Amino acid sequence: MSVESPQKIDTSKLDKIMAEYNYDKSNLIAILQKVQEEFKYLPENAMTYIGTKMEGLSPATVYGVATFYAQFSLEPKGKYEMKCCDGTACHVRGSMPVLNAVKARLKLKDGQMTTDDGLFSVETVSCLGACGLAPVVVINGKVYPQMTSDAVKIVLDTILSEGN
Amino acid sequence: MTDKKTLMIDGKEVEFTDEPNLLEVIRHAGLNVPTFCYRPDLTQFGACRMCVVEVEYPNGRTMINSSCTMPPECGINVKLNTQRVRRIRKTVLELLLANHDKECLTCEKSGSCELQKYSEEYGIKKIRYPEKPIEEYLPIDDSSPSIVRDPNKCILCGACVRACTEFQGHSVLGFANRGSKTVIQPMAGKPLGQVDCVNCGQCAAVCPTGALTIKTCIDDVWSEINNPEKKTVVQIAPSVRVALGEMFGLKPGENTIGKIYAALRRIGFDFIYDTNFGADMTILEEAHEFVERLTKGENLPLFTSCCPAWVKYLEDQHPDMLSHLSTCSSPMSMQSPVMGKLVPEKLGCTRDDISVIAIMPCTAKKFEIIRSEHSRDGHQDTDHVLTTQELGRMIRAAGIDFDKLEPEQPDSPYAEYTGAGTIFGASGGVAEAAVRTAYKYATGEELKDMDIKELRGTTNRSKSVQLDIKGTKVIVRVVSTLKEAEKAIKEIKDGTANFQMLEVMACPGGCINGGGQPLSYDNSNIKCERAQGLYKEDKELAERRSHDNKSLQKLYDEYLECPGSHKAHELLHTTYIDRFQYSYKNMNQ
Repeated sequence: MSVESPQKIDTSKLDKIMAEYNYDKSNLIAILQKVQEEFKYLPENAMTYIGTKMEGLSPATVYGVATFYAQFSLEPKGKYEMKCCDGTACHVRGSMPVLNAVKARLKLKDGQMTTDDGLFSVETVSCLGACGLAPVVVINGKVYPQMTSDAVKIVLDTILSEGN
Repeated sequence: MTDKKTLMIDGKEVEFTDEPNLLEVIRHAGLNVPTFCYRPDLTQFGACRMCVVEVEYPNGRTMINSSCTMPPECGINVKLNTQRVRRIRKTVLELLLANHDKECLTCEKSGSCELQKYSEEYGIKKIRYPEKPIEEYLPIDDSSPSIVRDPNKCILCGACVRACTEFQGHSVLGFANRGSKTVIQPMAGKPLGQVDCVNCGQCAAVCPTGALTIKTCIDDVWSEINNPEKKTVVQIAPSVRVALGEMFGLKPGENTIGKIYAALRRIGFDFIYDTNFGADMTILEEAHEFVERLTKGENLPLFTSCCPAWVKYLEDQHPDMLSHLSTCSSPMSMQSPVMGKLVPEKLGCTRDDISVIAIMPCTAKKFEIIRSEHSRDGHQDTDHVLTTQELGRMIRAAGIDFDKLEPEQPDSPYAEYTGAGTIFGASGGVAEAAVRTAYKYATGEELKDMDIKELRGTTNRSKSVQLDIKGTKVIVRVVSTLKEAEKAIKEIKDGTANFQMLEVMACPGGCINGGGQPLSYDNSNIKCERAQGLYKEDKELAERRSHDNKSLQKLYDEYLECPGSHKAHELLHTTYIDRFQYSYKNMNQ
C-alpha cells in the first residue's frame, strides 16, 4: 500500500477525538473511524500521533490495525468517491470487467486507490444491496445500475467533461 | 500424595506441577517438539503450528493441539510423533518455505536457523507449492547500525513484535496489512534506523530465522588484524566470559575468560585488555558523581548510563529527564579513549596506527560507538564492536579448538579488575558495585557486607534496596527492560518515586542476556546461570571494590588525577541530546 508523504495535521482535532474515548486503547477502532470521518482518510501523521499519545500503543501498532481493516483508507479519497460493487450478484454479472475498465480509464496502478489528480477514488465493496440492478457502481451516493465496461466509461467521461 | 498430577507422553507416565503449557511439560520430561514462535520469556502465541501434538483423552477422543498453548491436563495421552502430526509439521514447513528466501548459504543465520534445522530434520526435499516470484521480494533494511531486517526471511511468528512490546514496551516493530500481504515492519515501513528503535537486539535474539540478524563487522575486524601497519587493541566485556563457552559446548555461566584471552591472541589481536577495568573506572567516576549529587541534592535520582539502549530511549522518549542521567560514559567508552590515548604514547606511534575493538554482549554498542560524543580528533573512540556471537564465529573460522585452549593472561595494565567490575554484566551489578565505592567515598570507611542480595537475580525485573550510609537512608532501584524503566520514570513524574539511584539495563536480566549473546531463547534459566557465573567470579577475586584496583589507582595517580577531575571529565564523561525534536513523532517540526 502506498502512503503519501507525511504532512502537518491539526493535532487538536485528534486530541479531542481521543479524549472522547478516554485515551483507552480498546477503543482504537472507534477512534480511527472518527479520525477517518474528520480527515476523509487516515493520514500517517495522525496514526503516529495516536500511537504516541495513547498508553499501550505505538505508531507501528496503530498502523497495523489501520492496514488490517479494509474500512480504513491510508490515502486521501478523491472528489468523486466511487464504489464498485463486487458482491456475488454483481460479480457473476461482470463487475470485474467494469472495475478494470474504470481503472484503465482513470489510469490507476495496481493497489492505487486515488487518481494522481485527486479527482477520483475507487474501491470495491462487497454488496450494496441492489442486486436486482447488478452490476452496480455508486459515485458520490448516486447509483448507476447495470453497468458494462462501455457504459461506465461514458459515465466517467460525462463527469470529466462537466468542467472539472 | 494424592494431588500428584500426571499425564502420559507417548505412553510413558510424566508428572507435572505448575507448567504453563504442555510444551514445558514435554521439555521437562527431556523430550522436545519443534517450535518457531514459542519463547518461554514471552506470551504464548500459537502462531507457527509446529509444536502440534496428538492428544488422546481418556474417553478415546483424539485431537490435534498446539502444545505451546494447551494447558497440561491429568490423564491425557500426548503423542509427539504420530504420522498425522508429522504430516502437519511437514506441511507447515513446506508452506513456510514456499515464500521464503532460500539463499541459505549466504544467510547470516545459516547454521543457527531453526527453519533450516527443522527442514533438515523433517527431510523436506521438495516443496509442492509454487515459489514466491522474485519480483515480489521486499528490500532488505540495513539502515540500523545494529540490526539487519530481511522481510523475505520472516515467517511471521511474531516473536520480535512480542519481545519489542513485552520487554521494551514500545513496539517499534508491528504487524501490518493482512492475509498473504502481512509483514512485520516498523511504522509505515520506515527504515529501522529512522524510528525509535533502541538497538537492543532482543528482536534478533528471539528470531528463529534470518529475518532479523546482527549487523556484523567481522570482515572489517579481520582486515584490521591482517593489516601490518596497524596494532589492534581489544577489550572484552564482563558478560562475554560467562556466555561464549556455550557456542563451543560448554555450560552456560562457565567463566572462560582465560581461554578467551588465549583465543584472542591466537586470532592475532596485539593488545588484549578487559572492559572490567573500564567498569571499575566507571564506578569510581559514577560513585563520585552520585555522592556529589547526594550531598548537593541535585538531579536525583541518578540514572546509570552504561546501557546505550536505555540512553537512547531516554533521549527519544523523555528528553526532559536527561539531567538525571549520569554523565559517565559506559565502561567501553571510558576504556577506549584511555587506550586510544595511552597505548600510542607507550608505543611511540599515533592513534592512526592502532585500531580499538570492543567485544560486547550488546548490539546497541554498535550504535554507541558511532555517536559523535564518542569521537575525538577525527577518530571514533572505539573503531569496531564485535558481539559475543561474532567473536564465536571468528574463533571457529580461525580453526581454534576453544575447549582445548590453555588459559592465558591478558596484557597489562588495562585488564586488571575487581569483583565490582565483573558483576557489571548482570542486572543489579552496576548498582551493587557503585554502592561498594560510594560508601567509601561518603563515609571514608569500607562497606563490610559487600553482597547486596536484594539487587541480584535475573527473573525479577524490578528490584530495590534501602541502604544506610552512616545514617543517610538511600534507596537504590534496579530495573531491567525498558518497560520496567518506564514505570520507574512514571513514578518520578508522578512524584511518588522514593529512590535516589536508578540502574537500568534494557535487556531482561542485564547484559548477560544481551542481544549479541549466544542464542538462548529456548531456556529461561541460561541468563540466571550466566549471572551466577559472574557473582561466582566476584566472590573469588582478591579485590572486590573498584577503588582497590591497583592498575586503576596508578592510572589516576599518573594521568587522570582524581575522579571528577577536569581530565577525567574530558576523557570519561559524555553528553546527551534531545532526540525527540528530530523524531518522526515530533508533530511540531
